[in-house]
Amino acid sequence: MTYITKPRLHHPLLKPNGLGFTRRDYEGKVSTLCAGCGHDSISASIIQACYEIDLPPHRLAKLSGIGCSSKTPDYFLGNSHGFNSVHGRMPSVLTGANLANRELIYLGVSGDGDSASIGLGQFAHSVRRGVNMTYIVENNGVYGLTKGQFSATSDKGSKSKKGVVNHDQPIDLVGLALQLGASFVARSFSGDKAQLVPLIKAAIRHKGAAFIDVISPCVQFNNHAGSTKSFDYVREHNAAVNRLDVILERDEIVVDYAPGSVELVTQHDGSVLRLRKLASHYDPTDRLSAMTALQEHQAKGEIVTGLLYVDPEAEDLHDYLGTVDKPLNQLGDAELTPGSAALHALNASLR
Amino acid sequence: MTALRAVNDFVVKFANVNGSGSASANGMFAKAVIRMGVPVAARNIFPSNIQGLPTWYEVRVCEAGYIGRRGGVDLMVAMNPQTWDADVASIEPGGYLFYDNTKPLPPEKFRKDINVLGVPLTAICNAAYRDPRQRQLFKNIIYVGALSYLLGMEVEVFETLIREEFKAKERLIPPNLEALHMGRDEAAKILQPIGLQMRRADKVGDRIFVEGNNAAALGAVYGGATVCAWYPITPSTSLAEAFTSYCEKFRVDPATGDHRYAIVQAEDEIASIGIVVGAGWNGARAFTCTSGPGVSLMQEFVGLSYFAEIPAVIFDVQRGGPSTGMPTRTQQSDLLSAAYASHGDTKHPLLLPEDPTECFEFGALAFDLSDRLQTTVFVMLDLDIGMNEWLCRPFQWDDTRRIDRGKVMTFEDLEAGKDFGRYLDVDGDGIPYRTYPGTHPDKGGYFTRGTSRDPYARYSEEGPVYVANMQRLLDKFDTAKSLVPAPIVRKAKRRTPYGVIYFGSTSPAMDESLDSLEASGVHLDALRLRAFPFTDQVLDFIAAHETIFVVEQNRDAQMRTLIMNEGGVDPGKLVSVLNYDGSPITARFITDEILRRAGDVAVRPVPQVAE
Repeated sequence: MTYITKPRLHHPLLKPNGLGFTRRDYEGKVSTLCAGCGHDSISASIIQACYEIDLPPHRLAKLSGIGCSSKTPDYFLGNSHGFNSVHGRMPSVLTGANLANRELIYLGVSGDGDSASIGLGQFAHSVRRGVNMTYIVENNGVYGLTKGQFSATSDKGSKSKKGVVNHDQPIDLVGLALQLGASFVARSFSGDKAQLVPLIKAAIRHKGAAFIDVISPCVQFNNHAGSTKSFDYVREHNAAVNRLDVILERDEIVVDYAPGSVELVTQHDGSVLRLRKLASHYDPTDRLSAMTALQEHQAKGEIVTGLLYVDPEAEDLHDYLGTVDKPLNQLGDAELTPGSAALHALNASLR
Repeated sequence: MTALRAVNDFVVKFANVNGSGSASANGMFAKAVIRMGVPVAARNIFPSNIQGLPTWYEVRVCEAGYIGRRGGVDLMVAMNPQTWDADVASIEPGGYLFYDNTKPLPPEKFRKDINVLGVPLTAICNAAYRDPRQRQLFKNIIYVGALSYLLGMEVEVFETLIREEFKAKERLIPPNLEALHMGRDEAAKILQPIGLQMRRADKVGDRIFVEGNNAAALGAVYGGATVCAWYPITPSTSLAEAFTSYCEKFRVDPATGDHRYAIVQAEDEIASIGIVVGAGWNGARAFTCTSGPGVSLMQEFVGLSYFAEIPAVIFDVQRGGPSTGMPTRTQQSDLLSAAYASHGDTKHPLLLPEDPTECFEFGALAFDLSDRLQTTVFVMLDLDIGMNEWLCRPFQWDDTRRIDRGKVMTFEDLEAGKDFGRYLDVDGDGIPYRTYPGTHPDKGGYFTRGTSRDPYARYSEEGPVYVANMQRLLDKFDTAKSLVPAPIVRKAKRRTPYGVIYFGSTSPAMDESLDSLEASGVHLDALRLRAFPFTDQVLDFIAAHETIFVVEQNRDAQMRTLIMNEGGVDPGKLVSVLNYDGSPITARFITDEILRRAGDVAVRPVPQVAE
């Protein structure tokens, strides 16, 4: 339905953000996904998050692979450069883009087929390299574009729309991300915008590999009884460990909760993450205990959501590589080409 | 029995055990030949998976300047018992066998028609050194010393090389000099100089001795590459390693120590090219280096680069076959899989360097071309050029040269209201303008996809829109013809209806073969291809001759196929000369093949007529 042009008229009451942009300036083309698709809710959350953190839209590059989820970057941030790459390979393309210009924000949007099946290797390696990115998997446990095959995140025992039972073990991307050293790991639900928007804001402001697994029911192929990724199932089994507010530099930090129930984490860029604890004994700054808690909850059949782990002092790939501050794509001849004198000396050493 | 006699024109082959430290001693021998002013061709031969880990180093000494592989062995330095029989069998009749005679070998281990030169290397080492590792390492220098005597080489040249080699570890200089003389003195005591002799000449000039992979990596530095993503694969690995060390030398900010480059050893070749495409999309010059199997894995991304028009550079250091195949053997067998890489209608420019000098030049040029053409450019090396040191013209750089980033719309252009259509052909050359991400707050942004878009990058699956785009891509490929290096033609001394087309590492063998064919009265005009797509010059050359030999190092005559396919050339005109056994092609082979095929196509000595 991309032939429908969105009206450029602004509602007069749309409030501008700190940059003078309205929420409308963060939108993209009209979605072509099914009505009610969880992915469209995630796009809306991305729009809201970028609007709320005063992000200049063109300073973000959005990259995706192939699949329903990977189509969505066309539906938000219309003034940003986008790249719909090849199936399962968004992480490498994003890594290269990030190396070329460390000053932009990189948002990778992928799906469970794209990241857990064909692209599992690239997902893993981009995370373990510490690429500074926000990596969102819109996880519906099913292949939507090709009409309903199981994906690698489908739970064992879950039933397809045609009644087939999945016998394979699911891949838990959150567990993998934790193990692979992601410095920001969260899970959320496309139906819970209040939880998702702050997580996206915090992830964008995070330096390092930030991963968000968003359970996003497929209304067409995976929203029936017997599915473990349906709206009803996720609502019933959602176990949020915390509630997050992102406090930016401009905001005043007000703590109005009972002592011990709130944790403040200051990220590298100065943004403060205020976490209201919902599960006692959950410490999102301790990777080991986060992994343990995750396993315990999952064993009880719960879908753990919230900010599961954050390392506020994380380094990224550029730190490891020791690259210059100036983006590599802006280096000029003098900074790149050693010149004829150096070559002359080199020739002499090769005789 | 005859003994081969030659001055400054012979082949020495060293048969060694891998890891015995022979490489630096053998390299020193080759360099000593150069320092005596005599051209040399040196090649490593190293099987990837054979018990005994044999390696060979073949040194062709040739005052006439032919640096292709000659074939045959005049002096075998047999230091590997595992390969003894085959090594001895490979010596030319009348040739020489140099070996360690500490332990006597039965007579049937030798040949009657060769000259045997025994030196008790192990005994000398055991007497001089206690440490087993020293015994091993110095044995190499000792045999080099013995050879220097036998071949009449200047000992001062070796002494200088030893001093240069160990400049950073001075304490190693005296023992190495001592070992050199130990070997030289022992040989003088028990043997006479042999029929193969070296004499100082002045035929090297200012040429340098360097590996193609090293040169290509240097070209990438000079070409402004900042992102390298790669996955180890023989024979391309040393290219990435050389890029790393050149970057450490030339690309570290002197004030901060920060790196003006990013090198990622990726998890596989798919990720390597993905990183390159991502960086290219975002305006950095990026490359990967690989070999045939890697090119296979990169196919999908190469197609994306073609359709989405993203610059990328791939150095393909060609080798034989897949898997364990012939990874340490040379071939030119990726031509078709590179030229037509990927699904859908695609084709990609290839650069075909003939030696390390051109590896450097084309290595730098590839980045300008890929930015200018917004597509993947392949630089097609092979193992022979890539992993062997070649004597070649010194590297040169014009300091007035500037990086050509191609058609990039800037903030100012967009602000001035220039019409930006990502896939819009405004100049009639098929090349559209692009913007880097993050350029302008509300202009110049676009969504990158495969083919389903119109000139303004808007989603479209309309047939005519698709066709128009595909035609523009053909226009762009036509434009490429005027940008890639032109072929080089060498006219025969006499008018001739015969031509020969060759490229890449075949070059030195071809030069030699043309001379010897000419001497036997067979005249051929020769055209050296330096790039694909083919310019009109190539097709004109073919049109101007009755028969064209196409010399290549693969089984399926891939270049011939490419020429027929792209140029609509009559297959009957193109006669293949194919070397694909994994060894570098030799002049002897080319000459014999052309003469053998002469009957088929009636190549005959051209009667002398006034020009």
